[in-house]
Amino acid sequence: MTASRRGRDSGLVRPFVIAGGRPIPSRNHFDHHTLVISRPGTPRSHLTAEHRRVVELCLPGALSVAEIGSHLDLPVSVLCFPLADLMDTGHIITRAPIPTAQLPDEDLLRAVLDGLRRRF
Amino acid sequence: MDSAAASNPTAGISYLGGHETTVKIVITGTFGAGKTTFIGSLSEIQPLRTEEQMTAASAGTDDLKGLPDKTTTTVAMDFGRLSLSNELVLYLFGAPGQERFQTFLANLARGALGALVLVDTRRLGESFQAIDRLEELGLAYAAAVNTFPDTPSYSVERLREAMDLSPQTPLVFCDARDRYSSRDALTCLVEYLLTLSPELAR
Repeated sequence: MTASRRGRDSGLVRPFVIAGGRPIPSRNHFDHHTLVISRPGTPRSHLTAEHRRVVELCLPGALSVAEIGSHLDLPVSVLCFPLADLMDTGHIITRAPIPTAQLPDEDLLRAVLDGLRRRF
Repeated sequence: MDSAAASNPTAGISYLGGHETTVKIVITGTFGAGKTTFIGSLSEIQPLRTEEQMTAASAGTDDLKGLPDKTTTTVAMDFGRLSLSNELVLYLFGAPGQERFQTFLANLARGALGALVLVDTRRLGESFQAIDRLEELGLAYAAAVNTFPDTPSYSVERLREAMDLSPQTPLVFCDARDRYSSRDALTCLVEYLLTLSPELAR
């Protein structure tokens, strides 16, 4: 799967077009592990192809920003532009990770540890 | 095939509910140290890959003769996902440890619980570089020696000395192909992070 995606043209113009020529996204709180889910029932006819792909990918459930980037073959730095737009228009909802300032949280670390021990 | 995939781009994708708390741990180390294998042994999804273009960061290391003075290099990142409970999901991101990828690593390190450095004892000097990068970023880490069949065996003391590990930094041995072994390396890291947590709390 990866190989076929990589074979596609990832030329010089495309990311710039997706970004709409903007140097930075309208919001900038997307981490690689921020979860994104689309709000059902939002109008999509006016969206660009890239924006629509993001919305449609995240309709069945939530995916992290990194997963969306991988499935759509977009670098995370480029994907942040449509994500910010879609937040602004209410097409997607995000579940932001715990802010860095609050890390490391002891309860969270214990939950990770318990989870790792129980998982296998 | 392509048209089928295009008509249903969500087929085969494993989704989350959207209510989960997500955490991340960075897996770093030299090229070939087993980062992708490690991630694959633990991930509940087929490990995925994203690529980023980095501008001019490789100047001085690549041959730029005949090219404009700005260039781009592609950095690939493999990652995996592991649900730890109904509410908690761990993402494992593999990041190259070389100095020229430092910006990329810095972005990834933001908000990470910590890092695991996979060490290939056949390239100990390069592992030292990966550790240096984490020190610069101030990200807590543990070192895990990935044991390959032809791995030269060094004593723990010798390895600690070669990588200049501080006495409290954990050093474990693992087989990245084995999920239990990989899991044990991660639990060792998280146990270590817990020991740091009281001092880091304000």
